[in-house]
Amino acid sequence: MSEMTRPATETETTEFTTPPSRSLGWLFWVCVGWLGLNVLGAIFASVLPLPDPLYQNYMAINASPSLHHLLGTDDLGRDIFSRIVFGSRVSIAVGVGSMIIGFGIGAPLGMLAAYRRGRLDAILTTAMYVFLAFPAIVAVIAVLSFWTPRALAKIILVIGLASVPLVYRVIRTATMAVATKDYVVAAKVQGATDRRILVRELLPNIAPVGISFLLVGIATVVTLEGALAFLGLSVNPPTPSWGNMINESRTVMSQNPWLVLFPSLAMCLFLLCLNFIGDRLRSHFDVTEVKL
Amino acid sequence: MSLLDVQNLSVTLHTPHGDLPAVADVSLSVGAEETLGIVGESGSGKTMLARSIMGLLPRARASASGSVKLKGVEMVGARASDLRRLWATEVAMIFQDPMTALNPVMRVGRQIDETLRVRLGLSRSAARARAIELLEMVGIPSPEKRYAAYPGQLSGGMRQRVVIAMALAASPSLILADEPTTGLDVTIQAQILNLLDELQARLHTSMILITHDLGVVATRTSHLAVMYAGRIVETGTTRDVFARHRMPYTRALLESSPRVSNPAHTRLTAIPGRPPNLLRLGEGCAFAPRCGFASERCHRERPELSVPDESSHAFACFNPLEVGR
Amino acid sequence: MSDVLLSVRELTVSFPHGAHRVSAVAGVSFDVLRGETLGLVGESGCGKSTTGKALMRIVEPTGGSVSLEGVEITTASGRALRQLRTRMQMIFQDPISSLNPRRRVRDIVAEPLDCWKSATGSERDALVSTLLNQVGIDPVANGTRYAREFSGGQCQRISIARSLAMRPQLLICDEMVSALDVSVQAQILNLLEDLKAEYGLTLLFIAHDLAVVKNVSDRVAVMYLGTICEIGPADVLYETPAHPYTKFLLSAALEADPDAPQNREVLQGEPPSPLDPPSGCRFRTRCPLAQERCALEAPLAREVSAGHQVACHFPLARTT
Repeated sequence: MSEMTRPATETETTEFTTPPSRSLGWLFWVCVGWLGLNVLGAIFASVLPLPDPLYQNYMAINASPSLHHLLGTDDLGRDIFSRIVFGSRVSIAVGVGSMIIGFGIGAPLGMLAAYRRGRLDAILTTAMYVFLAFPAIVAVIAVLSFWTPRALAKIILVIGLASVPLVYRVIRTATMAVATKDYVVAAKVQGATDRRILVRELLPNIAPVGISFLLVGIATVVTLEGALAFLGLSVNPPTPSWGNMINESRTVMSQNPWLVLFPSLAMCLFLLCLNFIGDRLRSHFDVTEVKL
Repeated sequence: MSLLDVQNLSVTLHTPHGDLPAVADVSLSVGAEETLGIVGESGSGKTMLARSIMGLLPRARASASGSVKLKGVEMVGARASDLRRLWATEVAMIFQDPMTALNPVMRVGRQIDETLRVRLGLSRSAARARAIELLEMVGIPSPEKRYAAYPGQLSGGMRQRVVIAMALAASPSLILADEPTTGLDVTIQAQILNLLDELQARLHTSMILITHDLGVVATRTSHLAVMYAGRIVETGTTRDVFARHRMPYTRALLESSPRVSNPAHTRLTAIPGRPPNLLRLGEGCAFAPRCGFASERCHRERPELSVPDESSHAFACFNPLEVGR
Repeated sequence: MSDVLLSVRELTVSFPHGAHRVSAVAGVSFDVLRGETLGLVGESGCGKSTTGKALMRIVEPTGGSVSLEGVEITTASGRALRQLRTRMQMIFQDPISSLNPRRRVRDIVAEPLDCWKSATGSERDALVSTLLNQVGIDPVANGTRYAREFSGGQCQRISIARSLAMRPQLLICDEMVSALDVSVQAQILNLLEDLKAEYGLTLLFIAHDLAVVKNVSDRVAVMYLGTICEIGPADVLYETPAHPYTKFLLSAALEADPDAPQNREVLQGEPPSPLDPPSGCRFRTRCPLAQERCALEAPLAREVSAGHQVACHFPLARTT
């Protein structure tokens, strides 16, 4: 054993070039706070002291913002603030729900295909590219037009399935970059099972890419819901959603600009925050970027 | 007067972790038709030294002080247009990775053509003829055919030959070769080093050969400078530095390299520890923490590079080794 | 013949390349004896790394046989293969990419133990600390750091610690010091020699650097374009190479000595493409001694002195 203590002295001068811990910045936390507020609002909308979003107050039609109606009322006298908070339920549910489906199916398939390669990869990738070649938005519109009555769950399911090939492609590419690293080979050589390699070695290294794509994905789906509402294919009125509200206010835009401004603003801020957080997280967790 | 004269050159890199003294107070000179070898481990500042001699430092992230004079023309702080003229005619650089020096989507012949036409103002047909001549000179078989090849279609050794041809295009008086053979196999390395030797003798060019490999400089250079932590710690004629080195680091470097002539299982004398972090250099000699000869003074005070006798052999050490070990 | 640990017979590996197949390893046979270090040298593209990987089945051999103490590796599968792999370990060239940047040093070293549940709880922790100490990494101060915070030399130490966790019999070192600085390289080579003695390891040391290989090897095999052209005791092979290629390779190696013999013979040209290897002897296109017979028939390995075999029709005479 005395022989073995010698090399230890060779690294006595061990010094670390630990990267300076980079903070995420105050703007990041402002964005997180705003998103948190949105989500809490959506969850607790019904217990918050808000006016009924469906109550039509004919005494206050197209009212301007006031203490009584924080953001004014619409052409049917419904409280806009309340409708935005309740509307966020639909937007957030569609965004998060469909991405859970998209990632739940697309991510494991993408990882498996990139790790195993061979025939499994060839079949899956070809299939996914066939789906990708088909314009997803047209497919979503077609399915939602015929699959009546429309319900939130159906919208989530259709958009979620449509996003699977995209998620698959992103996760597969990210995994392929990692799967050829020597540490993956080393794990295999140590006798690790495939499942262990996927979970321990690959997952932590593709998670940053995955999370940032997840956030961007949610943002995209929220916009998509808006677009569907514009075509009258989102949840049925009078249930509020941001998309529905923008769509309905179209006709009275000149008389009551608040009506289109506030839901648009809500959606815009929500998307901005999601994209900003996604981008920040990606660069924060990028090991290679930390190196220099 | 020597061809290249570097005086007290220092280069500071501005990194997110702080200012890093990549090159500190380096002075050297290269005479006509001389070959100076610069050896050092990674992080010793040898590549930064080459880049600052060329005036190739990224201006936003680095600042240089001191003086680099090529044929009496100051290069530190020179205007971009003046530098371009020097690059065109007086000094050329050969990089470690020939792939980065070549444009992958442009035929190699056209890349040499372009150099010739821009630098020497040759006509299209004259440039083509000269390019093929250059390819032939650097030992590329069937140069007419290779003229039309893309860099990706050539092997590493052939690509390095193309880079050398480009470097020679304007018959520069100084060539800076930064690890020119590091990525190459031994037999190809021998070919390239022989080629450089041959061309240097034929064109009367001076050369600075930068490498981590003591074997490369041993028989190919007339003078040698050993770098450690951004400074030259020993310099002299190659023969002197190898045979009569005084700086413990030079000896440690020589003894830690395995040799073909040693019997199998020869125990190497490893240098303990690892190269210092340039962001956290102390007061004293940068090698002191790893040095078996370090005294208290070495940790307190930095030895200057000095010449103790009539020779040109200089070293920076308070406790130099006796000559002949 | 002394005790053979690993026996390789007519190993071939080929990869599809468009409509053709590239044969990276074209019929390689050798034995690794228990307790020795066999060096495998050659230039890039000669198939030395592919050979090492094929032994571990990281790339699939397309033919031949590999057996570890008589157990065939090429046909093993599933759990049997995983178990076989723990008796052989591999260390890679790139120290940084060998370690998962998002895992802590202790977990990396303990990975093989966790895979096999061969040590748990305090026993596992003690073993990991011992391993880290042995490779010169302080387990208390550095065990909980992430792999990405270490230098190349330290990463290679951690890789060594990980590879020793299951007490393998054979360690395959694939260019393990070529990415390191000279001073660090010497540390790692010394460490490897120490651990070899401590663990009673057998080494297959794959490298392009002739001096490094000479320094660690008992026997050396020289590869060219997918075949072994010469194999023999290190000192004998370096002193009196019998294959012309070995001779050129050795004369191209640079000594850190200004008085080393100059103007040595330099091998001309570059290796042919493995897509279209020459007929007969694969070296004949660059060999100054090549004759008609070399193009017609591939030379078989034959013994020129005890344990020194060469695959050449016209081996160099022992002049010294």
